[in-house]
Amino acid sequence: PELQYRQYQVVGRKIPTESDPTPPMYRLKVFAQDEVFAKSRFWYYMNRLRKVKKSVGEVLRVIEIKEKSPNQVKNYGIWIRYDSRSGTHNMYKEARGTSLNGAIKEIYEEMGSRHRARHSVVQIVKTDIIPAAECRRDNTTQFHDSKIAFPLKHRLPRSNKKSHKSTFKA
Amino acid sequence: LSNSTMVFKRFVQIGRVARVNFGKDEGKLCVIVNVVDLGKVLVEGPIEYTGVNRQKISIKRLDLTDFVVKVPLGARAGTVKKALEADDIVNKFKQSSEGKKLEIQKARAEMNDFDRFKLMVAKKTRTRAVKVKLAELRKSG
Repeated sequence: PELQYRQYQVVGRKIPTESDPTPPMYRLKVFAQDEVFAKSRFWYYMNRLRKVKKSVGEVLRVIEIKEKSPNQVKNYGIWIRYDSRSGTHNMYKEARGTSLNGAIKEIYEEMGSRHRARHSVVQIVKTDIIPAAECRRDNTTQFHDSKIAFPLKHRLPRSNKKSHKSTFKA
Repeated sequence: LSNSTMVFKRFVQIGRVARVNFGKDEGKLCVIVNVVDLGKVLVEGPIEYTGVNRQKISIKRLDLTDFVVKVPLGARAGTVKKALEADDIVNKFKQSSEGKKLEIQKARAEMNDFDRFKLMVAKKTRTRAVKVKLAELRKSG
């Protein structure tokens, strides 16, 4: 089964005490494969950004955010913070696709391949749908053409049945 | 570099009619309505007309045909259906050499033992007729 990123919204807060009966609630949107990891990342960020630990806090709700328009091609802009071997950097990357989850998966794979950055050191800071005119990467804007046409030059024969599949193709 | 001198005649483009060659929609026709990137396109049947849902599909799963319909970028099911009906693409494809070959392949795959027997008898009859005629012509010089 292929690795699939899902987007979760995790809402949580510090457990109310006598001195603080209504602590503020915080919401985190996170990309994870399952709710367990989503909640784990929630506490990771709560620790660092809001000084709330899992032992004194509670998760109120975890909801999966589904794609609103899975059959519409969109340009996604993704702002990243990641640790390289010698420091931590910000990055802006674009991905073109029909779903944000698919775009995020591409970005994680790209970070792994181009920068050797594993999942744990990559933080997705912000994601947004970018209109075509505002895209900054040539790789994305080259597809903004209603008259786009390209041939399929190097087609390899592929079997459509598992029984016809072979490891080596002549 | 004009299109007439190009080696390639079939392009991935908006409106290109393609045939799905892998998966549950194998063998069905669809129209490319948008290009996601070099490996994936957004495709529309529409589902009531050719049986292919609007979906992102890998180009590896498509075989491009000779036919292109005029649809705008991101065209929806109604527009695609009208364009396919106006050019009668489904029938034109069935009558094309590619379409005919596919029907023959399909018929061959669906043969039962009796069909194969009938085929064997037909081949034998034809070969025999050719051989008899050939012997006749040889004899007469």
